[in-house]
Amino acid sequence: MRVRVEQTPLPGIGVRHDLVTSSGRTVGVVSHRNGRRDLVLYDVDDPDACLASIPLTDGEAEALADVLGASLMLGQLAGLRQQAAGLLTEQIALPAGSPFVGRRLGDTRARTRTRASIVAVLRDREVIASPGPAFLFEANDVVVAVGTREGLDGVTAILAGDTDG
Amino acid sequence: MHHTTVLLIEIGALLFGLGMLGRAGRRFGLSPIPLYLLAGLAFGQGGLVPLSASKEFIAIGAQIGVILLLVMLGLEYSADELVGNLRSAAPAGVIDMLLNALPGALFALLLGWDLKAALVLAGITWVSSSGVIAKVLGDLGRLGNRETPVILSVLVIEDLAMALYLPIVTAVLANVGLVGGFSTLGVAVVTVVAVLVVAIRYGGTISRLMSVKDPEALLLSVLGLTLFVAGVAAELQVSEAVGAFLVGIALSGPVAHHATQMLSPLRDLFAAVFFVFFGLSTDPADVPPVLLPALGLAVLTMLTKVATGYLAARRAGTALPGRLRAGLALTPRGEFSVVIAGLAVASGVQPRLAPLATAYVLITVVSGPMLARLPDYAWFKKLVRRRMAAQRSTAEPVPTVE
Repeated sequence: MRVRVEQTPLPGIGVRHDLVTSSGRTVGVVSHRNGRRDLVLYDVDDPDACLASIPLTDGEAEALADVLGASLMLGQLAGLRQQAAGLLTEQIALPAGSPFVGRRLGDTRARTRTRASIVAVLRDREVIASPGPAFLFEANDVVVAVGTREGLDGVTAILAGDTDG
Repeated sequence: MHHTTVLLIEIGALLFGLGMLGRAGRRFGLSPIPLYLLAGLAFGQGGLVPLSASKEFIAIGAQIGVILLLVMLGLEYSADELVGNLRSAAPAGVIDMLLNALPGALFALLLGWDLKAALVLAGITWVSSSGVIAKVLGDLGRLGNRETPVILSVLVIEDLAMALYLPIVTAVLANVGLVGGFSTLGVAVVTVVAVLVVAIRYGGTISRLMSVKDPEALLLSVLGLTLFVAGVAAELQVSEAVGAFLVGIALSGPVAHHATQMLSPLRDLFAAVFFVFFGLSTDPADVPPVLLPALGLAVLTMLTKVATGYLAARRAGTALPGRLRAGLALTPRGEFSVVIAGLAVASGVQPRLAPLATAYVLITVVSGPMLARLPDYAWFKKLVRRRMAAQRSTAEPVPTVE
């Protein structure tokens, strides 16, 4: 589902963008006209008030945006920006309790079972491209997979250990 | 000693003293405005040390100060913002005017003053200080809050309303009579509307005329244009403050941004001179007798401002804590009230008005930011939460809608 970002003008100051997360918290960015921007987090008890207002420099905002938008960047890196209809790229975090932590990629038999491919793994801000079947998973790995919607959901389920394999 | 040397010594000592005062004030989180007013009271007639040689310089500096205060205010807004805001926030603006201008007017009549003085006092109690409030909101980290756009739009409406109010007061104080007053008002309305239309349609063209690449030329052209238009506006009895405000609105985009950066230090300098000048023209001996009425007026109009913010925030769908925050944030009066009082003083209306306005602004500008902080205290939050819980239990159970 597309996330709805609300925009509110702040006369004389700038503009505020905010969105409500699926967990019910509100996060926003106040962009000042002079180029300054603050990341604002709202109070749970009093959703009208912001709990914290964190000024970000240009560099900090860019770095944060990069981290948050890593999936987009990866899509570009792999050159797989949905060239074919129905083909999707997705990042799937290896859950902490995944049965595949410490096991080989080949053990998941993901491609055979879902017809979706694992094309890269993100570990400690590094990209490991085209991991082979002997690749060993570690905790906190993020798997980048390409496939159809059902295929990707299948990979997610496998990595979570939801299917008997 | 030579006249110029005395002037240099006086101005130098005064500015240095203001700098030290401002620094001391900032330590306690005080706005420098009340300190400058007090400094003005201390010097001048009836004060501790009379400034004689620099009187003329300070008088002209004060005028430039008003013009710079207003042009910077105009630079903060774009014409689109003002007009766009007008539609949505007009009801809040009307509530604001009724709740805050009327008490001032009635108070003046109660003191036995004439209608002119009542009109002036109405303006003094009506407008909150956008400068002080914007700063307080930023300092308290409330720019992201839901009620902040409400507060800002009330301020915008007040500032825009001043563009019509100031010419009226200027005309009334100049004794131009009913016909003259109406024609001045007509000129003012036509000017304001024309500037808004030109700013919306051709703001880009005007701004392109001034290049951002050459800071010196930009400074000179913006300052020159502002002073020129302010002078022409004063000649038309529209008040130089309004002229300057309109120039600020007409400039937009990067030109406005750069002009703001460049004019800020100049504004700080001359606005300080303006506040000192206003204090100078008030005899400190006149203040104690009006202190009690000023305090009463301050308490009354702070309550009405809280009510204004409460109602405006309720219209915008904010919950009780946000409504109280909006109300309390709106309480400080400041530069605009002093500008209005300054007009009255210059035209010699009601001699007790200046000391009353000084005391009033001193009280509100000091206590306002403290009141704004109130909702952040734990005991206040607890009190509000208990009140909300009490309301909820008395209210009918609301069916939940999925």
